[in-house]
Amino acid sequence: MTDRLRVAVVDYGAGNLVSIRNALGLLGAEVSVAETAEQLDGAEVILVPGVGASEPAMGRLRRQGLEGPIIERVRRGTWFVGICLGLQLLFERSHEDDARMLGLLKGDVEMIPDAPSLPHIGWNRLEIQRPHPVLGGLPDGTPAYFVHSYVPVPADPEVVVAETEHGGRFASLVATERIVGFQFHPERSGEDGLRMLRNTLELIRADRPAPAEVMA
Amino acid sequence: MLLRRVIPCLDVKDGRVVKGVRFVDLTDEGDPPELAKRYAEAGADEICFLDISAAPEGRGTLLDIVERTASQVFVPLSVGGGVRSAREMRDVLRAGADKVAINTAAVDDPSLVSTCARRFGSQCVVISVDARANPVVPGTWEVVVQGGRKATGLDAIEWIERCVASGAGEVLLTSIDRDGTGEGFDIELLQTVTSRVRVPVIASGGAGSPADMTAAVAEGNADAVLAASIFHRDIHSIATVKADMAAAGVPVRITEEVA
Repeated sequence: MTDRLRVAVVDYGAGNLVSIRNALGLLGAEVSVAETAEQLDGAEVILVPGVGASEPAMGRLRRQGLEGPIIERVRRGTWFVGICLGLQLLFERSHEDDARMLGLLKGDVEMIPDAPSLPHIGWNRLEIQRPHPVLGGLPDGTPAYFVHSYVPVPADPEVVVAETEHGGRFASLVATERIVGFQFHPERSGEDGLRMLRNTLELIRADRPAPAEVMA
Repeated sequence: MLLRRVIPCLDVKDGRVVKGVRFVDLTDEGDPPELAKRYAEAGADEICFLDISAAPEGRGTLLDIVERTASQVFVPLSVGGGVRSAREMRDVLRAGADKVAINTAAVDDPSLVSTCARRFGSQCVVISVDARANPVVPGTWEVVVQGGRKATGLDAIEWIERCVASGAGEVLLTSIDRDGTGEGFDIELLQTVTSRVRVPVIASGGAGSPADMTAAVAEGNADAVLAASIFHRDIHSIATVKADMAAAGVPVRITEEVA
């Protein structure tokens, strides 16, 4: 593949973008930062990072005029990659502060059940529920780095790729159609995390529309 | 189940790593980002920079180090030493640190913990506490600052509980009695603190062998162990420590060392 994958990292003031931008850049993506809807133009991937609470995050997305355009673009087929809070925002409602979110996936965001400690900070294992290209080359039990207290509870169990246990079990990797969501931080999960990001970029590249010129 | 972490700590002064770190083939032995990268490749679960610059000029250099490290190291990065305000914490986080440890500044102004936790989230606020055993009342410890030179009169356990209630997301607990001795961690101190707070506790001060680190976790219930000289002098590798922990049934992240 010749030209680089165009990834727009959404900046809505929810945590710093340094590590994810660095990681994507290292993996050869063309990374831009989007604070407005116009800045999403031309992006093949909308990547929403973020740490923190849902309600203020949704408030900022709305004030920046990003909520509608993100929903629209993803419905039209732009890839969406969510990390941590960015994954949670895909769902309908958060029990944290009763926030209404993007609603691109069915289900709510709830506190980790029966957690021995919160926030859940540190390395924990991914228990693979079904094979998926994002986890290509990685064994069951691969460790990943988490920083959160809330988790998505997808209404459709089919979207769950991996689960993690911290007291209760929760969906830690979600994927469906053109959506990939990490509850952990692949950009902070060492070589394994970089591999998941690389796999994700390759998956998206493979989905690029075929060139317009048809071979005779 | 959370895996227990092994964290090498690098003392940084005016942009350079001090305390001899020995990796045979480094091009620049004192360059913090290069050492951080090497430790990450060797299986470090997190990297800790402790800035011991006395002069304010050293601080700007620190931000540059954090930035350069974050561009090539993809495990969590903690920074401590001399952060005195929410503004300084913001700058360090923006440069790419995941967590900032505050110590003396919190003793001077206890509201700093809650201010920073509200602004940046508990997950990036680490309360760093240097504790010294009280020789008069066994089983109690006092908070000391300035590398143990200055007593504060604060009871370490009460202080830690107060900081956690204010929003600190993690405790970096250093036994000043054991620090630099290589005689092992203060297990009683660890047990006392881990039984009183629900946030992760990082054990520091006294690591002399892999067995000491395993004991800090298995007996002291620490979530992580932090050490400097044991790794820098290449006495024990991170892999050796993790192998010892795993053999004792402690869940750890085993990585293949990147050549």
